[in-house]
Amino acid sequence: MTDLPDSLAAARPPRNQWWDVWDQFRSHKGALIGSVILALTLFSVLAGPWLWGVDPTFINIRMRDQPPSLAHPLGTDQLGRDMLARLFAGGQITIAVGMTAMALSILLGTLIGVLAGYFRRIDGPLMRLTDLFLALPLLPLLLLMVMLFREPLVGSFGPEGGIFALIVVAIGVTSWMQTARIVRGDVLALKEREFVLASRSIGTPARRMILRHILPNVMSPIMVSATLGVANAVITESALSFLGLGFPPDFPTWGRLLNDGLAYINLSPERVIWPAIALSALVLSINYIGDGLRDALDPRIRGR
Amino acid sequence: MLDARPSPLVEPLVRVRDLKIYFPIHTGLLRRHTGDVKAVDGVSFDIAAGETLGLVGESGCGKSTVGRAVLRLYEPTAGSVRIGGEDIATLSPERLRRKRPEMQMVFQDPQASLNPRMTVAAIIAEPLEEHTDWSRARKQERVHELMDAVGLNRAFANRYPHAFSGGQRQRIGIARALALNPKFIVCDEPIAALDVSIQAQVVNLLEDLQEKLGLTYLFISHDLSMVRHIATRVAVMYLGRIAELSPRDDLYARPLHPYAKALLSAVPEPDPMRESTRRRIILQGDVPSPANPPRGCNFCTRCPEVQPQCHEVKPELAEVLPGRFVACHLVRPLSDFKTAGSTGGTFGAGTVPEPNQQGETR
Repeated sequence: MTDLPDSLAAARPPRNQWWDVWDQFRSHKGALIGSVILALTLFSVLAGPWLWGVDPTFINIRMRDQPPSLAHPLGTDQLGRDMLARLFAGGQITIAVGMTAMALSILLGTLIGVLAGYFRRIDGPLMRLTDLFLALPLLPLLLLMVMLFREPLVGSFGPEGGIFALIVVAIGVTSWMQTARIVRGDVLALKEREFVLASRSIGTPARRMILRHILPNVMSPIMVSATLGVANAVITESALSFLGLGFPPDFPTWGRLLNDGLAYINLSPERVIWPAIALSALVLSINYIGDGLRDALDPRIRGR
Repeated sequence: MLDARPSPLVEPLVRVRDLKIYFPIHTGLLRRHTGDVKAVDGVSFDIAAGETLGLVGESGCGKSTVGRAVLRLYEPTAGSVRIGGEDIATLSPERLRRKRPEMQMVFQDPQASLNPRMTVAAIIAEPLEEHTDWSRARKQERVHELMDAVGLNRAFANRYPHAFSGGQRQRIGIARALALNPKFIVCDEPIAALDVSIQAQVVNLLEDLQEKLGLTYLFISHDLSMVRHIATRVAVMYLGRIAELSPRDDLYARPLHPYAKALLSAVPEPDPMRESTRRRIILQGDVPSPANPPRGCNFCTRCPEVQPQCHEVKPELAEVLPGRFVACHLVRPLSDFKTAGSTGGTFGAGTVPEPNQQGETR
């Protein structure tokens, strides 16, 4: 038997598994619609400011509280700022915060959950740490973090970057516990399965055991946590903004647009409705994508 | 066994001595160590290269634990397991890892022993990933060879385990065990989860592979007729200890240990004439808890032939006839007459039958 070069070997039958995943994902209607909506949202949020070209922070007091018109398709707010431009600008920050905070929280939660579940020796300390974080009152903690770290971070990363990093870390660090608990439970059950024992009898070291056998099999709960995590992060961000601890007031985010519009809901309900629709569409589409991905990554469901 | 007795210089492939596996019990608020579940309590046996040792016993008697400890999937509490001259029980993790290719395992539940998220090719190639630095093409070639060897269609290589029947899954498990050309395979009830028609296929496959590749098996099962089919020697376990270890034909023709007698009397006869005269020995009571085994012989609480001394002294496994080891006070050892083919040694009263060297052939 001769060693064929890798390029030749790659050309042979074993079809890339991601094609199977894609095939299954395509057959999930909700996930497909979700991806289209997410893509549209992302596109409009990224390309919108460039196409619409109105400064979201430009104040024109004379044009305040305008109903929708050709000049302002979504009307203006109480300071005469264009709502469409603010919606685009707010979307950028909200989606960035939601995704990054979710990624951080999933990363932390999965890491701690897998370590605690797989290595018995550090299970106790890690789970007590998780309990500790669960017991911390969220808002006072966030308040403290913002108070302590706002100035130095703003100093070193600029107002936008500094606050962004602070909020993402604050949300990520305070929302990984549920994921960690769920993942640990699943890992504990998986660890006793015979295929893990089989892998040990082959002599697979712990690192590859986790990557090859444990992680792929806990993907489902991680996916669910991740999709819920986005919604959670977006809501926490708007709560922080509402308390005046998030981005500065002139930075629009969807949460802040909602809070600002709330006072005028009788006068011009569309000021609440548009950001709310945008938020719901984002969260819902991500939930459906997560659902589709979870099914697509599970070979037992594939092909049904 | 007389002619096959190994010379003292040649060590058998597997030599297990006084293996003990205790699982600690922690109780109370402080989780203090208050006792042990003695899953395996001093088991010794040898397996010569190329032979199949059957390990039988009822549920919970420690069969699977022995199988797993032999491959050091459980840390033994005491004792030694020498495979190919190296003591598995004390090897360092890295040395153990390099030793792994020589010894592999086939698991009971083919559904549970295959990762549902890996393709068949990836499952069979896993040992190759771990222990070789072959190119992808060479690994794939080996996977295809193995699939041929166990009778799986090569075209199935990219399917997932859930798409296969139980028998096919077990073949995948066997192919994985064979990937690194092991010398010794522990078969942990490989047929218990399969239906009867498939059991025969898998057992025949195991036998064919043994013949072709010169494998040595430790075949754990509670299916006595299957063990009779495949094993060369059989060990009967009860409550963490070996009650009797005999060549297959001798054991099935005339079991010596009272527990082995009771166990084998439960095998149904296919011949209705003989079945109608079969005398079943029904044991009374339950198996004692392995956390608190009886002081004397483990079997003394249920033995139909129990004597006063059985409650006091634990009988050791001793060679009572050439090649036949029994742990029972009632079956007296062959004393000093081990030479000269002494098939009819001196035996204690009544309980010991005439040795039957013919075995039963059918």
